[in-house]
Amino acid sequence: MKRLLLAAIALTALPAAAQTVAVTNAKLVIGDGSATVEGGTVVVRDGRVIAAGRGVAVPAGVPVVDAGGRYVTPGIFAGFTRMGIVEVDGVDETNDTGANSPFNAAIDVVPAVNPRTSAITLNRAEGITRAVVAPQARGSIFAGQGAIIDLGADMDAVTKPRAFQFMEYGETGAARAGGSRPAAYAMLRNILFEVRDYARNPASFADRGKDALLTRADAQALVPVVNGQVPLLVHVERASDILVILGLKREVPALKLVLVGVSEGWTVAPQIAAAGVPVLASALADLPASFEQLAATQSNIGRMQKAGVTVGIGMINDDEARQARLVKQYAGNLVALGKVPGASGLDWGQAFAAISSKPAEAMGMGGEFGSLRPGRRGDIVLWDGDPLEIGSAAVRVYIDGIEQPLATRQDKLKQRYFDPKEGALPKAYER
Amino acid sequence: MIRTLIGVAAVAMLTACTTSSGDRPKSASAAPKRDPGKPYDRNPYPSTYRAYPGVPTLLTNVTILDGEGGRIDRGAVLFRDGKIVEIGQSIAAPEGASVIDGQGKYVTPGVIDVHSHLGDYPSPSVDAHSDGNEMTGPVTAEVWAEHSVWPQDPGFSRALTNGGVTTLQILPGSANLFGGRSVTLKNVYARTMQGMKFPGAPYGLKMACGENPKRVYGGKGRMPSTRMGNIAVDRGTWARAQDYKKRWDRYEKDGGEAPGRDIAMDTLRGVLAGEILVHNHCYRADEMAIVLDMAKEFGYKVGTFHHAVEAYKIADLLKASGTCAAVWADWWGFKMESYDAIEENLAILEREGACAMIHSDDSNGIQRLNQEIAKVRAAAKRAGYDIPEERAWKWAAITPAKALGIADVTGSLKPGKMADVVLWNGNPFSVYTRPEKVWIDGALLYDALDPKRRPVSDFELGQPGEGDVK
Repeated sequence: MKRLLLAAIALTALPAAAQTVAVTNAKLVIGDGSATVEGGTVVVRDGRVIAAGRGVAVPAGVPVVDAGGRYVTPGIFAGFTRMGIVEVDGVDETNDTGANSPFNAAIDVVPAVNPRTSAITLNRAEGITRAVVAPQARGSIFAGQGAIIDLGADMDAVTKPRAFQFMEYGETGAARAGGSRPAAYAMLRNILFEVRDYARNPASFADRGKDALLTRADAQALVPVVNGQVPLLVHVERASDILVILGLKREVPALKLVLVGVSEGWTVAPQIAAAGVPVLASALADLPASFEQLAATQSNIGRMQKAGVTVGIGMINDDEARQARLVKQYAGNLVALGKVPGASGLDWGQAFAAISSKPAEAMGMGGEFGSLRPGRRGDIVLWDGDPLEIGSAAVRVYIDGIEQPLATRQDKLKQRYFDPKEGALPKAYER
Repeated sequence: MIRTLIGVAAVAMLTACTTSSGDRPKSASAAPKRDPGKPYDRNPYPSTYRAYPGVPTLLTNVTILDGEGGRIDRGAVLFRDGKIVEIGQSIAAPEGASVIDGQGKYVTPGVIDVHSHLGDYPSPSVDAHSDGNEMTGPVTAEVWAEHSVWPQDPGFSRALTNGGVTTLQILPGSANLFGGRSVTLKNVYARTMQGMKFPGAPYGLKMACGENPKRVYGGKGRMPSTRMGNIAVDRGTWARAQDYKKRWDRYEKDGGEAPGRDIAMDTLRGVLAGEILVHNHCYRADEMAIVLDMAKEFGYKVGTFHHAVEAYKIADLLKASGTCAAVWADWWGFKMESYDAIEENLAILEREGACAMIHSDDSNGIQRLNQEIAKVRAAAKRAGYDIPEERAWKWAAITPAKALGIADVTGSLKPGKMADVVLWNGNPFSVYTRPEKVWIDGALLYDALDPKRRPVSDFELGQPGEGDVK
C-alpha cells in the first residue's frame, strides 16, 4: 500500500499503526444484505478487514474504538460518479469530465483526478469512501476509461486506474454518433471490429489520425474491453435499447457489460437477469424525463432486484460530480417504498447493500470493497444514527484502515457566519 | 422606507380603481371634471379552478404540525366543504363524516413550493417543451409563465403523490434580468392552465441577478455581459417603469388621452404599485444587498430572493428589509455563485429571525421537500441549534404562502382556510415516510391505498407504466 506512507505523513496525529483498528460494541452492518448485528466488532489489520461479527476477538495490540452501540458500516461505494474531476461544474477550467478531443476511448480520467476537490472532502465527511469515476462522452459514443478512487485525504486517490470503459447508447449515444441509434450502433460495431483487427496485429493497424473513427490509442484502450478484461459500462434507459445492448454479447461474447441508468429496466428485468449483466441504476428517477424513460418509476430497482438482477445505485446526469452523498437518501427512499402499496422497494439490508456491496460487485470488485467480509479493504464508517436516515452523520471514517479528517470548507463558512454580523474585525479575520 | 413608498402607491392605485368604477364625484365647481381613464384589465386570463367535492373528514389520533409553528400530539383535524373546520386535541365526529384513525401518522398542511418550473419546463424535457426562458432579450417583463404552462406535465402528479405538494408557483427561468410573470397553481390537474390557477393569488415578477443573464447575453455579444451591466439594465428599466406608472396613474385618475400600452411595463407598474410580488433569483450575498438598495432607489419591495445560497451571510440585512429567502437544503458547487452554499443556510436565517423557506426549482426535488427541511433541521441540530419539527414545517407551509400572498387562505391548518391537507404515513422528517393521502380544498386527490386516486396525465395515458406507482 503506497498510500500508507503519504497518509502517515499527512496525518501526523495518527499512530504509526493507523491501518490497524478494531471497532467494538457496534450495530454492525456487513453490507452484503445480511441482518444488522448488535454488539458487533470489526477488526482491520494492515488496511484490510480480518473479521467482523458478534463475538469477534480483538487481537492484542490493536487499537480499539468503542462505537457505543452506534451503526458501523462499510464505507459507501458510490456506484457511478464524476467525483474528483470537477471543482465547479459551470467553471469550465475546473471541469475535466469531457472534451472535444480527437480521442475518445483512449481518454483516461486518471490525470484529472484531484484528491483535493471540494467534492471529495465533502463526500468523505458524509461517509463515502470509494467511487466509480466516469468521463463524459463528447465526440463519440465512447467516453473513455474510468477509475475507482478512494476519498482519502492524501494525494494517492486512484485505487484502480482504467477500471472500465464508459459508453453512451440511447438518446445521448445517438446524438454523439450523428443523430440516430442505428448510427450509434454502426459506430459501435465498427469500432469493436477495428479493435479486433488491432488486437490481432497492432503493428499493422494504420492510425488514420484525427479524421479516423478510431485512432490507434482508442483501439489500444478498447482491447481489454473486447477481451473481457475490463468492463464496459453502457448508459442506456429505454427497454428496447437495453435489449440491443444485451444482444451485443452475441457478437462479442467476451464483453463484460454493466448497464448504467436503466430507467425502464424493470420492464425487461428477466432478460437482464438471464444475461447475468449487473446494473448501476438511478434510484429515484420516476419521471418520463425523456422518451427513453417513459416507464420510469422508483420501484425500478426493487423490481429488478426481485427478478434476480444485481443492482447497485449509480448517479448519472444527477449532480454526480458533487452529490454522491445523496445515495444514502436514495437508498432510504427505496426502503420507504415498502410502506407504499403496489410499490417495490428494498428492505433495509438490501438498500444498504445497494450503496455498498452491490455496486462493488457490479464493477467486479465485490472481493475488494463494499462489505466488511474478511479480506475487504478497511473502509469503515461509524455513524451517529441510521446511515440511511436524513441527517445522520458520519462520526469516524476509515479508508484502508486509516482514520480520515472530516472537516470541510462548508464547516468553516458555517462557523464564520453562524452569527452573520461583523464583530471587532471584518469577517475575513474570523477563522 | 420602502414599505411607506409602496403603501402610498397602493393607496393611489386603490383611489384610481374606486374612481374608475363609475362613482363620479358630484362636483359643484364650475370647471367641468374630466372622466377618469379606463383602466386596462388586470386579470384577462382568470382562474376557472373549482374545488372538487369532498366528504366531511375527521382525522384523529394524529400528530399535527399546523404549518404556523403549532403542534398537537394525538390530536384531530376536521374539514368540511373544502375548508378546515377545527383542529384540536379531540373533536367529536359530525354525522356522516369520514373518520380516519391516524395512529402513528402526521398531518400537515399541503406542501407549498414557491419555485417550480413544472408546466413550463415539463417532462419529457424535449425542445418542443422548452418554454421557461424567453431568451431573446434580457428584459422580457411582458411574458407570463402561465402562457407556457402545459397542464399535462406528468411532474404535477409526482409532486402530489410523493411530495404532498398542493400549491406551487411556476416561474419563468433565470436567463433574463426581468424574466416575466409567474403564476400560482393549485396542484390539481385540469384541461387548461386557467383550471389550475390559484383563485385570487397575486402575480409575481421573476427577476434574476448574477451569472445567468450576463452569461446568456454576454454570449450573444450584447448587454449585459457583466454584473454591473445587469444592474445598469435593471435601473434603466425601472426608470422607464416609473415614468410609465406616472402616466397611467394620471390617466386612470384624471382621464384624457390614454398613454400607449406596454405589456412589459404593465407588469413593472404592478410591482411599483405593490400588486405584483418580486421573486428575485439571486445567489450571492453582495448582489442581494445591491438589489435591496436598487429596490429602495425605485420604490419597490423585493418579496423573496430565490436560491439565495449566501443568504446566511446577510441574514440580518434580509431581516431588516423584510425580504424572504427561498433556498435549497444542500445544492452546491454547480456554478461559481453556488460555491459557498452550506446546509445551515436556512437554519441561520431562522435563527436571525429572517423570513426563510425551502424551495425545489426541480421536478425531482419537489417530490421530497419534507426531506429537504429535515436535512436543514439535522444540520442545525449538529451546529447546536435545535429547531422543533413544528417550527421547521413553516418553511414548507405558511412562509411560502406568505411569499406568494396567499397566507390568508392556505398554508396552515387554521379554521376557515382551504383544506389543503396531507396525511403522512409516518414522521415526514424521516426518509422512510411518504404521503398516504392528500386533500386539496377538502377533495381527496391522492390515496396511496387506492390506485384510482392516482392522477395520470394525458401524456402518460397509454404509455408503458400508465397508472403505475411512481
